[in-house]
Amino acid sequence: MCRLALKTANEPFSPYEVLKAMEAMKEGYDGSGLGLLLRGLEFEDFKYNPRFPILSGIAENKKAWKRLDQFMEKRGYELKYDHKFHMDRSHMGDMDRYRYFLRAYRMPEEFQGKEMEDREGELLETRLALRKDGEAHGGDLSVFSFWPDVAMIKEVGWPLQVGNLLSLHDSQIQSRVCMAQGRQNTNYGINLYACHPFFVQGISTMTNGENTAFVPIRDWLLGRPFKGYMGYQSDSEVFTHILHYTLKELRLPLQAYKHIITPLSLKELDGHPQGDFLIGLRNACRRLIIDGPNAVIGTLPDETCLLVMDHKKLRPATVGGREGVWAIASEMCGVDAMVPDRDPSLDFQPMREHTVIIPPDRKELEIWSQFDQFPLSLAA
Amino acid sequence: MVPIRSVPIEPGGLTYHDLPWIIQHREDRCTLCGHCTSVCPKECLHLTYRRQRMPNLEVMSNKRGSEYRTFVGIRQKTDMAHACIGCGMCAMVCPNEAITPVLNTVENRTLFLANQKGEAYKRGGRRNTSGPTLLDRIMFDRISMLTDPALDAGRHEFTVSTTLGRILSPEDYLTRTAQGGWIPPTREVFPFIIGSMSFGALSPNMWLGLLQGVAYCNEVLGIPVVMCTGEGGCPPWVLKSQYLKYIILQIASGYFGWDEIIRAIPDMQCDPAAIEIKYGQGAKPGDGGLLMWYKVSKLIARLRGVPEGVDLPSPPVHQTLYSIEESVMKMIQTLSMAFDHKVPVYPKISASTSAKSVLNNLVRNPYAGGLLIDGIDGGTGAAYNVSMDATGHPVASNVRECYLDLAAQGMQNEVPIYAAGGVGKNGNAAQNGMALIMLGASAVHIGKYIMQSAAGCLGNEQNRCNVCNVGICPKGITSQNHKLYRRLDPDKVAERVAETFMAIQTDVKKIMAPLGRSQSLPIGMSDAVGINDKAAADRLQIKYVC
Repeated sequence: MCRLALKTANEPFSPYEVLKAMEAMKEGYDGSGLGLLLRGLEFEDFKYNPRFPILSGIAENKKAWKRLDQFMEKRGYELKYDHKFHMDRSHMGDMDRYRYFLRAYRMPEEFQGKEMEDREGELLETRLALRKDGEAHGGDLSVFSFWPDVAMIKEVGWPLQVGNLLSLHDSQIQSRVCMAQGRQNTNYGINLYACHPFFVQGISTMTNGENTAFVPIRDWLLGRPFKGYMGYQSDSEVFTHILHYTLKELRLPLQAYKHIITPLSLKELDGHPQGDFLIGLRNACRRLIIDGPNAVIGTLPDETCLLVMDHKKLRPATVGGREGVWAIASEMCGVDAMVPDRDPSLDFQPMREHTVIIPPDRKELEIWSQFDQFPLSLAA
Repeated sequence: MVPIRSVPIEPGGLTYHDLPWIIQHREDRCTLCGHCTSVCPKECLHLTYRRQRMPNLEVMSNKRGSEYRTFVGIRQKTDMAHACIGCGMCAMVCPNEAITPVLNTVENRTLFLANQKGEAYKRGGRRNTSGPTLLDRIMFDRISMLTDPALDAGRHEFTVSTTLGRILSPEDYLTRTAQGGWIPPTREVFPFIIGSMSFGALSPNMWLGLLQGVAYCNEVLGIPVVMCTGEGGCPPWVLKSQYLKYIILQIASGYFGWDEIIRAIPDMQCDPAAIEIKYGQGAKPGDGGLLMWYKVSKLIARLRGVPEGVDLPSPPVHQTLYSIEESVMKMIQTLSMAFDHKVPVYPKISASTSAKSVLNNLVRNPYAGGLLIDGIDGGTGAAYNVSMDATGHPVASNVRECYLDLAAQGMQNEVPIYAAGGVGKNGNAAQNGMALIMLGASAVHIGKYIMQSAAGCLGNEQNRCNVCNVGICPKGITSQNHKLYRRLDPDKVAERVAETFMAIQTDVKKIMAPLGRSQSLPIGMSDAVGINDKAAADRLQIKYVC
């Protein structure tokens, strides 16, 4: 099982803070991997324009690095900023990575005036093409995300060790949202792409626990025409893709996510104000019903953060904080570590029907229940 | 001394050890009460006078060495018409355990003579192959151990229902909801459905018992079981009752009973669960239904709108069948329209290498509510032995292929596949059914298993009993003779139906819990199953385990 921590604050902070929270929850993972996602970025040595997409990943050798450069140039991307981590290689152990990269680009000219959808499609295709290129060359190039204002780091090892390796404590990078996962390797081999958080077109989630309904869900998602539904090195990747499918493909509000992954029972829906619609939605999306135990923690491009549980709620997660700073963690001690100066009596552990939403203004938590009226005009 | 006479032999003559079942009779226990002879459905037992030599050992006297006594004994007839079928009713009624049929494991010569009067051998039952089936050998091996806790089958909340009917893609569903379009009807049902057994194939008491049991499961136990009528129509009082919602009405190539059904539509209190269009059956692919004249009683004749006492062989294909596109499309659409597009309509076909073509046709038919594939191990009330034993396709690989085909098109949630044919053949209904569900079926149909479990059907795959076709069912399950079917108490059948489904439900939970599944039926969860047969594993695209 894995440990999860998310912090979101109006004032940018160092990702090292979240890594320290991971340290507090140390019992729950085995150092088989760390994943970090940063959103709302600030670099010390560069005034970053949040419209520039950032390519995050690892090049294992010079050749891969060169190929990456050439590929991006050929595709028409203009490099605006190339973040160089201050590497402390004494923490690297046996690994020998050539370059961890976060590179901000300007979109190719032909996309300047184009629709958002086309631009997003191009970013996805570029990321997938680079990933494929890396896989075709013995895995010498890994690309985790390519999106405006998002940086991702994934590495095998203990969270603090990785943080020290990349000197994340030096405040070279800060962000308003940071998600981290410490991985307990269960079903699948150690693979960088298997580290949470997972990312597709600006949407990202991370999960603890095992999703036993993984294979039927994966098979269904693979049958969709959307190219981003691929990978599946981890059974938790489907949570991200279902969220993407809900928001981007079905264009349903965030609240629908819970109705799709853990629909209410027919008996409960019989008494629901939009029971008929939701029964239909449950049928149509039946293959996306998850089977936890899981806590799903995610973020959206507008810096909204969310937390939902699976139906069985065997992995309770906690959200706590105060106006302007909030934290979500799979363990209470994680929340304590991230926002110590809060009123812990106001901490909240969502039940099976809840979706906890931290809106971008970070003023207060929104706790939405599946039994509430569904915010969709067509469902009325 | 008795003179040696000429031995009475003829080409078709048999003796008792040529028969498949040999009656073992103990004279020392028999009281000649006559119960066994009167209960035997084949009238294969008869009382005869016999003479027994009593050796006299008075060596020194002048008396002859033997004396004779005459006694009345029970013997087995050896002609084909009266060959023992091994039902064991004689043993069941004998007060003294004096009689029982024993399987002749040496040889069964009746197979060579089953073609009496030029008629090919017909029987009821299913394919006569015994031993574990492929489904029996599938193991559920993906157990949530320490990585995450397995669930508690007894205390946890489980959702084990499935959908009957066509499901729209999420995109289509939202578009149609927004535009007020037609949403295809669906039903939430228990994934073990009582398969099509007609009113005619089954006795009135059996049918009534099943219906009572199904109603009890739904209304008292909360298990949404549905049952299919088979092709013989449905009694008018059921059509006009609130119980119709638990019934799948079948229409087959003989269209029996559909006059009554169509006429009853205005008086129906509720919609039926679904309409099943039978194009084929696993037990006798390419053959229509068959109700032999023995069973066409006055009641059945009236319900089916035919004269009494005639054979009712349905044609192998529907009268309207010209091409799959035209016929299937028209029939499905017509039946959907007849019920105001509020009832799911799905076809049933025999498992076959052509199943994928049918499926792909249905994918493009917006009114098709699913596809039922019936495998070679399916049972029947009457069929030619050669059809039953040698014609057809096993269900597992057929269902799997069709599921993978749908998955490749991203439509595995939209056109549900239902599987039938041999589920529970060796008593493992829940295990067999869940194996098929994990291979991709949305639900399974069980027929023979229900007869065996709910009514004590004696048939097995060593050709025991299997006389459903001639209406002499010794248990009264498949007979139209009231002297036979009054043996079957509908209330007791109903009780057994309820017990059977309660137990299946628990077994299903016991299978799902270790896999860590409780939120939805694990349809297509192929990572959870393995088999110790490499070739089968490759074919089914599941794990090979040993």
